[in-house]
Amino acid sequence: MNTVALELKNISKRFGDKYANKNVDLTLERGEILAILGENGSGKTSMVNMIAGIYYPDEGEIFVDGKPVVITSPKDAFKYKIGMIHQHFKLVDVFSASQNIVLGIKEAGRYKLSEVEDKVYEISKKYGFHINPKKKVHEMSVSEKQTVEIMKVLYRGADILILDEPTAVLTPQEIEKLFAVLRRMREDGKSIIIITHKMHEVLSLSDRVAVMRKGEHVATVKTAETNEKELTEMMMGEKIDLNIERSEPVDPQDRLVVENICSKNAEGIPVLNNVSFTARSGEILGVAGIAGSGQRELLESIAGLYHIDSGEITYNDPATGKQENLRDKTPLQIADLGVRLSFVPEDRLGMGLVGNMDIIDNVMLRSYKKGKSFFLDRNSPHNLAMELIKDLNIITPNEYTPVRKLSGGNIQKVLVGREIAAAPSVFMAAYPVRGLVVNASYSIYNLLNKQKEMGVAVIFVGEDLDVLIELCDRIMVISSGEITGIVDARNTTKEEIGLLMTKARKGDNTDE
Amino acid sequence: MNNVEVTAKKKREPLFHITKRSAIDWKVSIGIRAVAILGALVFMTIVFLFLSDENPFVLYKSMFEGVFGNSMRTWILFSNTAILLGISLALTPAFKMKFWNCGGEGQVIIASLVSAMLMFFVGDSVSYPVLVVLMLVSSLAIGAIWALIPAIFKSKWNTNETLFTLMMNYIAIQCVTYFLKVFGNAQGNQEPMPQFALPKIFGDRYFLNILLIAVICILMFVYLRYSKHGYEISVVGESERTAKYVGINVSKVIIRTMIISGALCGLVGFLLVANGSCAITTTITGGRGFTAILVSWLAKFNPVYMVLTSFLVIFLQQGTSYMGDIYRLDTSMADIFIGVVLLFIIGCEFFINYKINFKKPSKENKEVAK
Repeated sequence: MNTVALELKNISKRFGDKYANKNVDLTLERGEILAILGENGSGKTSMVNMIAGIYYPDEGEIFVDGKPVVITSPKDAFKYKIGMIHQHFKLVDVFSASQNIVLGIKEAGRYKLSEVEDKVYEISKKYGFHINPKKKVHEMSVSEKQTVEIMKVLYRGADILILDEPTAVLTPQEIEKLFAVLRRMREDGKSIIIITHKMHEVLSLSDRVAVMRKGEHVATVKTAETNEKELTEMMMGEKIDLNIERSEPVDPQDRLVVENICSKNAEGIPVLNNVSFTARSGEILGVAGIAGSGQRELLESIAGLYHIDSGEITYNDPATGKQENLRDKTPLQIADLGVRLSFVPEDRLGMGLVGNMDIIDNVMLRSYKKGKSFFLDRNSPHNLAMELIKDLNIITPNEYTPVRKLSGGNIQKVLVGREIAAAPSVFMAAYPVRGLVVNASYSIYNLLNKQKEMGVAVIFVGEDLDVLIELCDRIMVISSGEITGIVDARNTTKEEIGLLMTKARKGDNTDE
Repeated sequence: MNNVEVTAKKKREPLFHITKRSAIDWKVSIGIRAVAILGALVFMTIVFLFLSDENPFVLYKSMFEGVFGNSMRTWILFSNTAILLGISLALTPAFKMKFWNCGGEGQVIIASLVSAMLMFFVGDSVSYPVLVVLMLVSSLAIGAIWALIPAIFKSKWNTNETLFTLMMNYIAIQCVTYFLKVFGNAQGNQEPMPQFALPKIFGDRYFLNILLIAVICILMFVYLRYSKHGYEISVVGESERTAKYVGINVSKVIIRTMIISGALCGLVGFLLVANGSCAITTTITGGRGFTAILVSWLAKFNPVYMVLTSFLVIFLQQGTSYMGDIYRLDTSMADIFIGVVLLFIIGCEFFINYKINFKKPSKENKEVAK
């Protein structure tokens, strides 16, 4: 039997004049996990889309089990037992898991939901999934939805699974679960392609790594015979420094004092419970915690976007020495007080930027109101946009390009750049490197460090504990809306933070 | 790979594939639209050949005659274009905000009603200039109020604006029906009161409409593109969360924009009565409040393109109706004609947004030759 499950030969794909992929050769063995590593825009997704039948290659051939195949649609792909799990889920919200799973399958005879549920149960038992076939999609967490997507593919009998950045939306625990499932699939003889740009995931999960750069396949190496540094160099095509330089805080002053804030969400469930902390100037305060522990609500309540029920938020103005109370103020009122608060929200295109607007119009989101004129001043935002493009190396055709057309890293540079340009005294960033590739992440860390050195109080919500420990001065751990500890980043361990992240809430049943 | 496999593969390869265009040359986009209109005409020629005894080209000629046959018809064309453009412009800021104001019809009608009522009840008791000012101000105000009600409900309780504004249309029409029943003549009509009409400029009614709407068109273009308000409208329309994040008061923007939208509809309503029929009827708008939605969309909410799209719609309406009168065609033939042309124009958007790439069978040979 052929040990090669899938082979790409000389595959090229153009969009307009630009090559998304150029002369790519790739092999996937039976029963292996192949990681595809590459920068944003290096052609990873377009390549797997050609395998999954979403794009059709301009040149080259695809072989399944040694036979040349033509895949013009996802249906064709299923015919060759290839299934893809997309980064953005494609599920019907009001349907149950099993309804979503069978959707689109044409089988002879009557279709019985109970049989489907049995089969789903069987598959989930085999690979160790946790899935409730009757649960409606809109009631599911992100990780459950992903399970349904994987199940959809397995149900159709796929032997080759392609996962496009499956871990971008998961918590560390959920990632571990997913990896366990994937390993079990590998033991079962399935071949898995996984796109990711988290280096430690590549190293811990995959058997081989295919590195892509600028649409071309650089090399495929055995994971056991390589290391992070080598992979990064292959990916970048040059040596880069992966160290974060941490300077000692200079003359830290209390800049933002948060005292006992409590908040409930729309359903009346407490999301923040007696949160108190101080952010100091010239310091990076990291915020660690399992996703959804109240990080977003905390930052948004400081920014005046989330209602708090009790507690105080006090800002010490470095220029005047005055104290300002920020509680129950709108973002506009906060700005009017002269509080220079910058905020990079988690949801870049849905909240921080307007995807359909160009870089200039996005850059002026914060400042367009300035001046008494009825009309907009686009001149200074234009200059600022040009400066950002130059200083932050934003890759874009020009300043009139809608930001949604940029790659993730460049979108984030526009957002971070705009927030930094406001010359903040407090800088808050929620997951600023989520979905970004290595060197884009490092350029963001550098920007945060620069802010710190300029005396800004930086609050950084992150998910990678290694980075938090390396970058921050202090790390605050939040668990179920409560601060379970603030530790010195220079003298802490991942284990200590991990314990604090899952520490049970005290007094759960007593006072509210 | 042997030859059998090659041919098998070639057979299965798609004939063409569709890719999204990133940018399009304006010449190409005009060309595609021209082909679409031509296609619609060819299609209709075939329809006419089967369904009528007349020579299709004679029919087309009569369409042009109906529109450009004499200066009177041409003026009517431009004036009607102006009215339709006026309503379309009024709806546009709301649409840019993704507030689907389908209430243009009602906002125009209610303003027409108020103008007609003022003529009817107070026309004789106040001086002419006072009446005109009164009519203008009340029309703007009632149009704004008619739009404001759904806006308030939307911003406070997030009600669905499409249904709400649609329902407001029926209320407006019923108000007119009631007024005519109580105060109309025996036939249920209001006697026109031309003594209160606006003064004619250059001896004609049409100039004023055209002039006024042309000015509003330019102002609206500038307002949407260069003013802070216009920018806020775009941000709210694109992403409400972003708007909140940068401190835009979303409710305020919705309400302010709908006041402008409604007031402009009110202005058109005022023109329809004071510079037109001088009386109210339930069909005074002739459905133009709805047609305007299409005009605004077709122009992609750009006030300048809207001049063209409203002209196109009126041209078709007026031309086909003349053609129908002359050749005694069924009235639905005119509707079919308009429908087909619009369908082709909207359909060709696909070719403007996407490109169809055909496989070039000789490409591999060419590369060898290189």
